[in-house]
Order: sequence, then C-alpha cells, then structure tokens
Amino acid sequence: MKTDMHTLETVAAKGRLLGLDMVYRCASGHLGGSFSAMDILTVLYFETMRIDPTHPEDPDRDRFVLSKGHCTPALYPILSQRGYFPEETLEAFRRVDGHLSGHAEMHHVQGVDMSTGSLGQGISAAVGMALAGKLDERDYQVYALLGDGEIEEGQVWEAFLSGAKYKLDNLCAIIDVNGLQIDGKTADVMPTEPLDKKLEAFGWHVLKVDGHDLAALAAVFEQAREVTGAPTMILAKTVKGKGVSFMENQSGWHGKAPNEEQYQMARQELAAALAEKEGR
Amino acid sequence: MAEKIATRAAYGKALVELAQQEPNLVVLDADLSGSTMTKEFGSAYPARFFNMGIAEANMVGVAAGLATCGKKPFVNSFAMFAAGRAWEQVRNSVAYPGLNVKVVGSHGGLSVGEDGATHQCIEDLAIMRAIPGMTVLCPCDGHEMRQAVQALVAYDGPAYLRLGRLAVETVTDQVPDYRFSIGKGVLLRPGSDVTVVAVGMMVQMALQAAQELSKEGISVRVIDMHTIKPLDTEILLAAAQETGCLVTTEEANVIGGLGSAVAEYLSGAWPVPVVRHGVADLFGRSGAAQKVLEAYGLTVSGIVDKVRQAISLKKK
Repeated sequence: MKTDMHTLETVAAKGRLLGLDMVYRCASGHLGGSFSAMDILTVLYFETMRIDPTHPEDPDRDRFVLSKGHCTPALYPILSQRGYFPEETLEAFRRVDGHLSGHAEMHHVQGVDMSTGSLGQGISAAVGMALAGKLDERDYQVYALLGDGEIEEGQVWEAFLSGAKYKLDNLCAIIDVNGLQIDGKTADVMPTEPLDKKLEAFGWHVLKVDGHDLAALAAVFEQAREVTGAPTMILAKTVKGKGVSFMENQSGWHGKAPNEEQYQMARQELAAALAEKEGR
Repeated sequence: MAEKIATRAAYGKALVELAQQEPNLVVLDADLSGSTMTKEFGSAYPARFFNMGIAEANMVGVAAGLATCGKKPFVNSFAMFAAGRAWEQVRNSVAYPGLNVKVVGSHGGLSVGEDGATHQCIEDLAIMRAIPGMTVLCPCDGHEMRQAVQALVAYDGPAYLRLGRLAVETVTDQVPDYRFSIGKGVLLRPGSDVTVVAVGMMVQMALQAAQELSKEGISVRVIDMHTIKPLDTEILLAAAQETGCLVTTEEANVIGGLGSAVAEYLSGAWPVPVVRHGVADLFGRSGAAQKVLEAYGLTVSGIVDKVRQAISLKKK
C-alpha cells in the first residue's frame, strides 16, 4: 500500500487522540510507550505491511506482534483506522463487558496476530511465525515491536539467538528506544546499550532510524525487506509520551491515566495537531 | 511377560510414525533430544525438527508462533524445564490464546534417579493442571502412550504430556477393545471394597497391590487415570458409590496433582474417604531410581498401606 505522507501524519495524529480517549475513559492504560510507538505502527499498517483487513486470516499476510503488549492504546486505534473494526469498538477498551483487553489479544480483536502482554514473549512467537513462513515457503514478513525496557528479559536474547540461527530474513524486529521504563531511565534501571553492537554480535542486521520520522521509517522498512540471510533489527529512537508536551520523556506517564485537567490539556494539544494535519 | 518399554521411548516412536500422515507436525527440543527421544524424529524429518538450544522459554514461545500459522508443534524438555521453567510461557503464550501446542515433559517424577532433586519434577501435574483450559496427560505404558500421542495430534488445543524415564511393563494391551480417549479413565481391574486411582508408572504398582490384597479377600478396583484434566468424573462417581473409598497414587507431590483433583471432585459430588499416595511434600534426592522410589514410599507396599487406611476410614 502506498500512502502519502500527509495521510500517514493524519493517521498518527488521530491515533494519539483516540489512544488518549481510550485511556481516559477507563482511567487506566499505557500512554507513554503507546505514543512513542504510534508513528512506527502507522507506517507499518498504512505503508509497509501487505495486509487486507477484509481477510485478516489470509495465510500469506504479513504479521505483526506487539511484543510490548501493553501498548494497545497505539495498536487498537491503528487497527481501527485501518478498517479492522469500527472506531466505536475502542470505547469498550479495558471494560469487562467489552473485548478490547488491556494487553493485545488475538481472538476477540480483529487484526491482532498474537496475544501478548507478558514482556519478552512476543518476539519468540514472531520467530515461530517466521520459521513457519520458511517451512511453508510463503513470502510473508513478520514484524515485532519491542520496548527498550522489555529487552531486559532474558527470553528476548534467547529469541535473538534463534532468529540468527535460522537466518530469518523474513523477520524484522523493532526496538522502541525511548530510554525510559517504569522505574526510571533504562540506563539507570538496567543499562542495555550499546544495542547496535550487541545485536550485530548476535548476528542481526541492524538499522537505525528516527522513530518519529514517517518517511524515514517507510524507507528503513523497505531496506529491511531487502536484507537476506539474517533477521533485521531496527533501532528506532523515540520520545516516550510523544505528542503531549507534559508527557514527553517522563517515565511517570508509563502506565498512568490522566486526570480531568490533564486530559483536557492533552486533548487540546493532540486535537490541535490533528486539526493542523487535516486542515493542511 | 509383557513388553517393557519406557513411555518416552514409545513417544519418540509415535512421533515418527505420525509424521508422514501429519505434515504440519513439527518438533522442538532444548538440547535433550537423546533423552526425550525426539532425536529419531529429527533424523527422519530434519526440516521439521528445531533444536532451540538450552532456552525453554523461547522454545515455547516459538512453538506458539508456529501454531498461529497452522503448525502442530510438540515442544520437549525434561518436565522440570518444560513445565517448570517455561510455566509462564505455557500459560501466557500457549494456553491463554488457546494455541495448538503440545508441551511434553520427559523424566517426570522421582524416577529421574541419580540426577537428584533439581531434575526430579514432582510439581508438573499440579502447575499444568492449574492453568485454565489445559489438558494434562500421563500415560502409564508404551501401548497407551502410542495412542495418547495419536489422540494429541488429532486434538486442537494446548496440552501437557508427561513421559517417564524408566522402562515399564505394558499392561493396557490386556484391556479388551482398549482405545485411548482424552478424559476417559480406564478400568483395569474390577473390585468392590476400594478403588485405587493411579497415573503413570504407579498404575503397574497399583495392579500389583490389588493382586496382593486379593489374597486377603480384599477386592480392589484399579483405574488408570491417564488424563488428569479434564478429569473423568463419571468413572470416579461410580467408584465412590460402588466401593465407598478411594486411594490415589502418583509419582508426584501429593499437593495439587491427581489426588487433589480426585478429592476436589468427590468432596462436592459424593464425599467418601480419599487417601492420597505420592511424594509427601518433600524434595527428591540422588540415587538409583528404584532406590529413590523406595526411599519415598512409592512402592507396592506403600499403596497397600494407603488402601488399608482408606478402608478403615469407611463409615461402618
């Protein structure tokens, strides 16, 4: 799918607004990491991935695994905008009488390829999907998005080893490097850098990108598709809470819902950003 | 004398036998394929065999991903690591999404022997059973195992299968018209005074205990409960009503496994004495398998003692 940049910008801006509303409505959810990942998901679902929302089970479709499974306030608005389900469905987010679970869920939410939420597990499933693609000689791509805090889980590195062993060039993982996790800076909680050197040493093809530059993201995913003989890791530098001035680069906004006042302020900023894109 | 074969050996053979007719069957192992007996499958079908290294958590997650694409993965390690170390991956990546992954734990129980407590998994039946929607199987002999694997390949959903290390006597081939069915216990011996519900290699010991007690005129019914979940409540209810007391026996901790499952059910359906025989909430230890089993009372005489206790508890 070739989408113009203006449309991509609008989708991302609207995605943030919808995500904010979801979290405010149920007074819980993860905005910080969702906003840092929103532009990445926008490009994947509206530009890069070969998918058809009318055939969500197509065996030849590209797959996406939200390994940082708490970032449903990014994923669900993108899926809804892409046509997997109506926007009204988002109102049931985290509600016991609805089906939009707090963490990504594959059976009730159209378009979700794997249930995730417990950190470190999604990337392994993505490896399995890529292995199945090789086994069946299908040419789909598998994408997985991880958090830079998530990669502190040992299972992630087990998965990295196995991706390299099986030369999964149909696998493209992205780390959302926003530098923050629940208890503070990733560099303080558990240093993980230098990620490029580590991933290269693990046998992955490493690419870097500004995780909020839509054109650059589109280009880097194209590049990843051309890689052969090894899985690709895209290190996407991002800003946690991107788009809301008082949430940006604040670890406190990892999993907190805004109060009424904060909500109105955030909404104003995001609505203005969206109006600017739509009005252009 | 009947054939003596370890259930893990029968399992390995069954995988190879079923591979031809099930092209989606894939096997994953964590560097123990010689012990879990998946090596033969790996040699015969190298493209469908994945040695994931000593990394059980990732192995289970990879299997989940394979299952989302229509594969039928069997993941293998020792029970301690398949059910223990990777428990949360089994819970969240396999069972919660209801994916068609078969988790296979070899060398379950104390009969691992010399390797000692770190490798003697006595908790797998309990912790696998505690996961919603999980099917839990532990066949007692090679004949039953072969059919169990066949049934598991046909069954679409998450399941745990426990294999034993030791060669055990085949007993289920003596059952007329034997047919393995998930969730259906097998009546191995009729009896009217007491019922012994056994699983895994305790089944053979239960039959010997019944034989011994028959010399004293005690009539012991023996049930092979190869499926711990879903539990065959029909066969249990009949046993409770007709024999008035039960003994459960398993090569596992007496907390949470077969004994607990039987007691949980009968306490609400038809309360009668249920005496649990198994590992008495203790860690195992190193030693020759038979010696370790004896040291922990997992013996014919251990069952006999529990049977006497159950009968004495019956309301006069």
